[in-house]
Amino acid sequence: MKKLSLFAIILIISATAWSYFKTNTGQPDNVIKKLTLTGSSTVAPLASEIGKRFESLYPNVRVDVQTGGSSRGVNDARTGLANIGMASRALKDNETDLLSFTIAMDGISMIINQANPISSLDKQQIIAIYTGKIVNWQQVGGNNAPITVVNKAEGRSTLELFLHHFGLKNTAIKPHVIIGDNQQGIKTVSGNPDAIGYVSVGAAEYEATHDVPIKLLPLDGVVASVENVRNHTFPLSRPLNLVMRETPSGIEKIFIDFASSAQVNDLIEAQYFVPVAH
Amino acid sequence: MSLSHTDKNLTFVLRLCALISAAVVILILVFLLKESWPVLKHVSITRFISDASWHPAQSLYNITPMLSATLLSTFGALLLATPLGIASALFSRYYAPPALAAWYRRLIELLAGIPSVVYGLWGLTTLAPLIGQLHPPGVSLLTAILVLALMILPTVALTVESALLAVPAAYHQGAAALGLTRWGMIKGVILPAAHSGITSGTMLAAGRAIGETMAVLMVAGNVVQHPHSLFDSVRTLTANIALEMSYAMGDHRAALFVSGLALMLMVLLLVSMAEVFKRRPVYV
Repeated sequence: MKKLSLFAIILIISATAWSYFKTNTGQPDNVIKKLTLTGSSTVAPLASEIGKRFESLYPNVRVDVQTGGSSRGVNDARTGLANIGMASRALKDNETDLLSFTIAMDGISMIINQANPISSLDKQQIIAIYTGKIVNWQQVGGNNAPITVVNKAEGRSTLELFLHHFGLKNTAIKPHVIIGDNQQGIKTVSGNPDAIGYVSVGAAEYEATHDVPIKLLPLDGVVASVENVRNHTFPLSRPLNLVMRETPSGIEKIFIDFASSAQVNDLIEAQYFVPVAH
Repeated sequence: MSLSHTDKNLTFVLRLCALISAAVVILILVFLLKESWPVLKHVSITRFISDASWHPAQSLYNITPMLSATLLSTFGALLLATPLGIASALFSRYYAPPALAAWYRRLIELLAGIPSVVYGLWGLTTLAPLIGQLHPPGVSLLTAILVLALMILPTVALTVESALLAVPAAYHQGAAALGLTRWGMIKGVILPAAHSGITSGTMLAAGRAIGETMAVLMVAGNVVQHPHSLFDSVRTLTANIALEMSYAMGDHRAALFVSGLALMLMVLLLVSMAEVFKRRPVYV
């Protein structure tokens, strides 16, 4: 028994040593390079798919994707904790020390239940609904039913973008339901005929065309669709960015070039995002 | 009589295990304090009770609405689940035919094994729209109480049943010899004898209700407010952490750890309450 465990220990040590020397003395092509991406949970699934395809093209690279929100992505890129940060928004004024590369676009759409006769709301009406000044659908020409306002949880970039677009403060919003991710929002609105909420256009368009009873509201007269996000006419949209501290070089440059190329368009569309024009 | 060599070894190992278990609890407390320190350092603890609202992005940190939501949903769920659970245990132990009782017990055990997220999904897609027809928005304190009650019902039923099983056979025989009816025996002998087991089972269920996160997150609506009615949307402490942690930075993150600390203190209070109840002497 003792001999066996001694043998096992020797085996483990020699294996470790061997792999150590192998990675250090081998050709540069054989070195396993690790590329860490952290940040927005909106970008993460896409980045992870792109990473998988990238790994198949460059077998000596491992792409590790972790979520934690756009703020974490920016922070990690700045501190160097991650090679590349992911952010589902444009960089803020106090983040100009960083570089961003847009790999896709995402739009936010207001959604209501299909049973709701409302076909459009203007900016002022949406603001009034979210601040609790309009509380019944009758006030905007709908049924006599109390409005259920669905808002996002604090810290989400969707919330930030929504507040920014409508010039609102989160303290001013009078929500009835607060949700986490897009799916929870779609489920809440599809289950409640008097609810109004907002989620990613890609996700909403997909669910609406797959028999989920929700309706996408146009904004400023522009139809909420993937097409209109792509051609930048839809006002409530955001870029999905990769963030770097310095000008990318080496494997990071290759990855960012790859992620911004037309080679990943099918992956972007599969996630209901919109590829940027090349 | 001195301990044998084996006993000494065993004592040592057991002491070590006990020490580690105790240390884990202390370490969790220390960790929570350490993680919440960045915000406690420059935000006085009273602001967590006196601030206007919970908007950590704007440095407002009132956690009392979430404390009340946690307490109310737990209390409501206990109010529903305890009598049902006790009734279920009494039925399966004293009233059901043996064949039915065995199947019934298996069913309850199955109910206990269903993951909470499944209850949550059911609550969100089925229960919430139903309650929404009664009073919008549907996701509310009431929905949370109902889903929690359903979740802790098997815990109560199973612990109460094992408490009933632990009542000595002599008590049954004594009661039968006195010519008591079945209900007279249950009310006068069995329930008082099983009292402490029932109480600790209820406390266990309360702990599960307080700690439940995913199901409540999906059905409670998550608006931070003191509820004025059963149909108001509420956010519990656990839901708050789960909802915001993945996107929280800096003070916001530390403030979430403060809500975790509050939760931990609440559970400690509950456990010590259970101890007090247990020590009460039982008269049979």
